[in-house]
Amino acid sequence: MSTMVNCSRRHFLKASALAGGGLILGVHIPGLNGLAKAAEQGISTFVPNAFLRIAKDGSVTVMGNHSEMGQGAYTSGAMTIAEELDADWTKIRVEPAPVDPAYNHLVYGVQITGGSTSTWSEWDRLRKAGAAARHMLLTAAAQTWNVDPATCRTENGHVMHAGSQRRLSYGELVEKASTLTPPQNVTLKDPKDFKIIGKALKRLDTPDKTNGKAVFGLDVNVPGMLVAVVARPPVFGGTLKSFNADKTRAVPGVRHVVAIERGVAVVADGFWPAKLGREALEIVWDEGPLAALDSRTQRELYAGLAEKTGAVARKEGDAVSGLSNATKTLEAIYDLPYLAHATMEPMNCVADVRADSCEIWVGTQFQSGDRDAAAKDTGLKPEQVKLHTTMLGGGFGRRSPLDSHVVREAVQISKAVKVPVKVIWTREDDMRGGYYRPRAYHTVSAGLDANGIPVAWQQRIVCQSIFVGTPFEPAIVKNGVEETAVEGAADLPYDIPNLLVDWQQAPGGVPVFILRSVGHSHTAFVVETFMDELAHAAGKDPFEFRRALLDKHPRHKRVLELVAEKAGWGQALPDGRGRGLALHEAFGSFVAQVAEVSLSRQGSLRIHRVVCAIDCGPVVNPDIVHAQMEGGIVFGLTAALYGEITFENGRVKQRNFHDYPMLRINEMPEVEVHIVPSTEKMGGVGEPGVPPIAPAVANALFALTGKRIRQLPIRAEDLQPI
Amino acid sequence: MITLKVNGKERSVDVSPDTPLLWVLRENFQLTGTKFGCGMALCGACTVHLDGEAVRSCVTPVSRAVGKEVVSIEGLSPEYSRPLQQAWIAEDVPQCGYCQSGQIMAAAVLLRDRANPTDEDISIGMAGNVCRCGTYQRIRRAIHLAAQLKAQGGAK
Repeated sequence: MSTMVNCSRRHFLKASALAGGGLILGVHIPGLNGLAKAAEQGISTFVPNAFLRIAKDGSVTVMGNHSEMGQGAYTSGAMTIAEELDADWTKIRVEPAPVDPAYNHLVYGVQITGGSTSTWSEWDRLRKAGAAARHMLLTAAAQTWNVDPATCRTENGHVMHAGSQRRLSYGELVEKASTLTPPQNVTLKDPKDFKIIGKALKRLDTPDKTNGKAVFGLDVNVPGMLVAVVARPPVFGGTLKSFNADKTRAVPGVRHVVAIERGVAVVADGFWPAKLGREALEIVWDEGPLAALDSRTQRELYAGLAEKTGAVARKEGDAVSGLSNATKTLEAIYDLPYLAHATMEPMNCVADVRADSCEIWVGTQFQSGDRDAAAKDTGLKPEQVKLHTTMLGGGFGRRSPLDSHVVREAVQISKAVKVPVKVIWTREDDMRGGYYRPRAYHTVSAGLDANGIPVAWQQRIVCQSIFVGTPFEPAIVKNGVEETAVEGAADLPYDIPNLLVDWQQAPGGVPVFILRSVGHSHTAFVVETFMDELAHAAGKDPFEFRRALLDKHPRHKRVLELVAEKAGWGQALPDGRGRGLALHEAFGSFVAQVAEVSLSRQGSLRIHRVVCAIDCGPVVNPDIVHAQMEGGIVFGLTAALYGEITFENGRVKQRNFHDYPMLRINEMPEVEVHIVPSTEKMGGVGEPGVPPIAPAVANALFALTGKRIRQLPIRAEDLQPI
Repeated sequence: MITLKVNGKERSVDVSPDTPLLWVLRENFQLTGTKFGCGMALCGACTVHLDGEAVRSCVTPVSRAVGKEVVSIEGLSPEYSRPLQQAWIAEDVPQCGYCQSGQIMAAAVLLRDRANPTDEDISIGMAGNVCRCGTYQRIRRAIHLAAQLKAQGGAK
């Protein structure tokens, strides 16, 4: 999604740059009709705008419009508001926002969470929301005391009057403040006065995530609800021909069997009878055009496509003549597989479709899309659909599909059986259910001059498109190039005079989608392992080789230098250990990582230590940045060591965690994270920790084995020294 | 009718005896702190205690729990829940949080068997529990801290 980010981010940041230093700013925070009316009538709460309300007991409820999927969005959003509100942090809670244009993403224009944008895209709006409320509370107190507002100040959920030592809590000011008109302009704090932003405060959602109380989509229970599992075609693009449900209906607890758009739903009293009922179905499928899909022949297809010129994503100088004039040239082919998100909580959704309403409970990243899809399937108006966002048991992009297929299954089944229905996907359904990170095939060539300096770089990427044919195509596909296919390659930061990056769109059919770090998840591997190869060919140190090419990119250079310093780059390692580094920019943040690895005598790989440096601009909560780097490294390592979805006879071969393994605690390296103090543009943190780890590990392995890794996951033969 | 003792209380349920304990806890007793992750005893999200031992409730037929003490995250004894939850909060372990009930139930058994676990003990004792968000480093720290808190009797 980085094009959407990039094209509008510049504009956004230009506006928000004015926000530093306590300037007066216009406030354009939407109100929310329902809440505002409630406030007018009852005045039990103060609702200055759509993003917070304050109750008479002084509790502050922040509306979370960016879904909480582990990335800390609820806590960092609440901290941003609480700072400008001068709130008492112990009285802050977060509630999921309803679906309303007031909560639309400021860059994407729909209500969605993704692209590592939650913190920076809301930075300005949430600060203003807090500051506007603070202004009204302060005014209310000044009016109550009949004093000049300039003699009042706010602190920790109270307004204080300097002259008289009087103080009123925000809760006591709720009624009065509710009668005031929101200000036209507010003053934002100078960052040097921040008391909350920049602190490693504990996450608000942690207590309920340690006692079983946090409610995920799968935990929702609605009176009269039945549970459904769905039999879907065994091959992507397949369709239902016919089915016989006699044996299914004989399973105790099975209530209904209904055909829906995507397959056959078995609806039962609970998950277990529904699953047994599905196993008893007799279905004839039309397997469709992908019935013979095979990962080995697909590689040949991609290799053929890589022979042809693609749509140009970046061109500098003349890469072809640059290569032919080079003293030394290198070339390589990379093949990186489809990957599954494998969120810990399998896909699910509860829907209750009535004649004149539809209610949905779902852990979603894309509220407005899901709401609109439900309206379409039920024939209701969008405002008749009420969607409740639960906690998300992992997202990584899997919970924002543009077709809202999980929600649509629940809606179609509830509509057919006329009771509330919870659709549950099994792990196998999820693993074989698509929306994968696309397989990516890269060819890359580069040339060095007589001094070992790179003079030409040519890279071709073959992969499926994610966004062609969707409503997001105009924002993400420019001049025939899909940004998500080439991001991280087309913006190569190294100063190489002759550069050509192009993209060949591979045929579609396999559902592909954004997966944590999107295109960067494959481009960083190719770019950063091949850079290492060039450094080696030039006889130079990989750190110094990169550093010399980054004069135009100070933020890249800074994290590279920091990680080298913290990792002890160049210092001796214990016997048998190898060290590798990688550097990558993604989602507006700059991350460098150094991995230390060893191989056992049996050839098994151990990653001992990962040092990570990040520049993400100003930091709201440093501990959340640390956590996202730690988690991103585990996510990237899992893909590097194990991640691979393959096809045979049109079918996905992997089923569950035995053949699509996850990194476990016994394999966890020590991770240390260093944040560059920075006042530069704010970037994201949910995804940028992922891309560098796979190339850092591959480069460390090269240091041990002398072998280059050109496909992932890493295979046993990659671990044998030459 | 099947009668079980769950978190200290007798409870009855009318399901097929081969129904996994997980679904009885979640759907019949509304104890949703125990999670469904894989259905094949591969991820540990569904970990509960059966007579004090950690089991994967997704592959445990409810019939096997008859006559035994079933404890889920909601009923974990304060002797273990207090230090573990306090340590989990101190280290801010959870991200999405979905696996954490299972992590804590596994950690409680580990702490019972090893009052002062080594890193190796933690690696072995917790290797059955997957965390897709990658909170392992914090889980390790939190278990060490919980062991200290428990030893001090300080977690209240």
